Amino acid sequence: MGKSIIDKIWEKHVVHREEGKPDLMYIDLHLVHEVTSPQAFSGLRMKNRKVRRPDKTFATVDHNIPTDNRKVINDPVALNQMTTLEKNCLEFGIPLAGLDSPEQGIVHVIGPELGLTQPGMTIVCGDSHTSTHGAFGSIAFGIGTSEVEHVLATQTLWQSKPKTLKLEINGELKKGVTAKDVILYIIAKNGIGFGTGHIIEYCGETIAKMSMEERMTICNMSIEGGAKAGLVSPDETTFAYLQGRKYAPKGAGFADVVENWKYLVSDSDAQYDKTIQIDAADIAPMVSWGTNPSMTSKVNEQIPKLEECKNELEQKSLSRALEYMGLQEGQKIEDIQIQHVFIGSCTNSRLEDLKQAAEIIRGKKVHPHVRALVVPGSQQVKKQAEADGLDLIFKQAGFEWRESGCSMCLSMNNDIVPNGEHCASTSNRNFEGRQGSGARTHLVSPLMAAAAAIYGHFVDVGALLSAETVH
Amino acid sequence: MSGFKTLQGKAAAMDRANVDTDQIIPKQFLKRIEKTGFGQYLFYDWRFTKEGLPNPEFELNKAENQGASILIANENFGCGSSREHAPWALGDYGFKVIIAPSFADIFHQNCLKNGLLPITLPAETVEYLLQRAKKQPYDLKVDLQNGIIEDEYNFSATFTINEYWKKMLINGWDEIEITLQLESSISSFEEKRFAVQ
Repeated sequence: MGKSIIDKIWEKHVVHREEGKPDLMYIDLHLVHEVTSPQAFSGLRMKNRKVRRPDKTFATVDHNIPTDNRKVINDPVALNQMTTLEKNCLEFGIPLAGLDSPEQGIVHVIGPELGLTQPGMTIVCGDSHTSTHGAFGSIAFGIGTSEVEHVLATQTLWQSKPKTLKLEINGELKKGVTAKDVILYIIAKNGIGFGTGHIIEYCGETIAKMSMEERMTICNMSIEGGAKAGLVSPDETTFAYLQGRKYAPKGAGFADVVENWKYLVSDSDAQYDKTIQIDAADIAPMVSWGTNPSMTSKVNEQIPKLEECKNELEQKSLSRALEYMGLQEGQKIEDIQIQHVFIGSCTNSRLEDLKQAAEIIRGKKVHPHVRALVVPGSQQVKKQAEADGLDLIFKQAGFEWRESGCSMCLSMNNDIVPNGEHCASTSNRNFEGRQGSGARTHLVSPLMAAAAAIYGHFVDVGALLSAETVH
Repeated sequence: MSGFKTLQGKAAAMDRANVDTDQIIPKQFLKRIEKTGFGQYLFYDWRFTKEGLPNPEFELNKAENQGASILIANENFGCGSSREHAPWALGDYGFKVIIAPSFADIFHQNCLKNGLLPITLPAETVEYLLQRAKKQPYDLKVDLQNGIIEDEYNFSATFTINEYWKKMLINGWDEIEITLQLESSISSFEEKRFAVQ
């Protein structure tokens, strides 16, 4: 029986296997941030333990930092968390891209950008969106703080091997349909728990044609479908992206590792526990209208009606979500008025995302009822975007142009959506209160967010782009 | 971490699907650098009104649920963020066992690491428990050693949990200590993996 890429990477990382126990897995890269690590370092200190491989550990601050003026941190509790990370990194010898570093950024943006993320690796971080790194053909997953401590101390984790899920997407994407729409469509169609207990391999011609940024967006939201991780086999696109990055192998060594990375593909007779097929042509620009990412519809559709629900539990969830969101069953998605636009987060804050949004924004103005902000994923993204003049396009349209961080994706800093107001957000979660107490989040692509900023409500960006091509 | 073999306690019903960790412990409470003291913020936005008063409609504020140590939940409990603050808050509040038809993976793992027992039971069994607990004060007995859960109305169900995690929960062992005993295996793995090719 053939093996999938998931089986191959897994087998290569088993340090110890024993009947009746999970596998003890080696971890190649451990990314650390300020919110989920302090208790782990305290645990080490209490037991007088060291960090086993500081050279395989990399830290940054992203979750609760300000994105307006980073010289002034008004929240003393957040500041304490940041300085605690600095102290911990210093004490345990861990490299840190701190607030003043040109390499600082959202942990899932800088890992790939610095070439830390590489094919065939096992990668963990105390953050559920670690699945992002799977775009490079690695097994990457989020862990809790106890596991952060375990990895710091031992560079390993006890893990039962998840099941495997092959998710194949073929066909041409329609105009205005992006990677974000693809993953939102997958979750809307298959449910918020469809991936629970599984690692997903995304494959098919649609995925093969995608850039690394697009693959990262898809892998990023694997967790929103409940999956442990999601990955894409590395190919020429992957190798080209990594070449020349700071921590990627250099010189002749690069060609050698590429030869090894080429074996990271699933055998043609590989077996999976589950298979899902998607036709790319079925996908439209998507908008979430509820309080979890599966509560999402195509922009030209309506919010479902209570009578369409499969069972009582679903009906209760729908009515609760509509009450929270202040929306009506059967309401047209395009009629939803929005007051905020957030372009950012580990899902959609890379250069390509900003470029796409800027193309929609260019020469236009943000709707007078809308407050819009762009938060680049990293200082490097910000710098490059400024070199390309994207900041001017956004600023002239009326967007705020910010410093890098997680920002309004989870609003741990002061970038908050006020109670009862609607936000078109390129982030990954629309849970109650995620962007602020009572805030109403709509998950969309950067293209859809940009169009919503101009019109003040959702519009079909596919139709918008087609109309512009005709002129 | 203290372990337990059996637990008799009051069960509270929370009949909602897809309860995410943002609800269990909202983000404004994640800035502490300790593991303790999170119980007061558990389900904060549901538990308290905008004015900061207990919301009488919320399940855990009902008189019959005071002092509950078992939470009966619905499908996909604990989805979303990997924040371990969620099981810290549930444990600090007083919960020792959570019963649901399904759990999100990371949350499930985080529970096991904190002496909080996640029990997966078939949806119809959980439905029975939910209906019982919604009506009146309801006690359950959980026998972790033998994987049995019972009430005083002749209900009994079995549950399974990986033997490894069962041992960890019962004994309250330090997992890192166990792993460090395999130090030589880790070192020889590293030698092979990072040997110059």
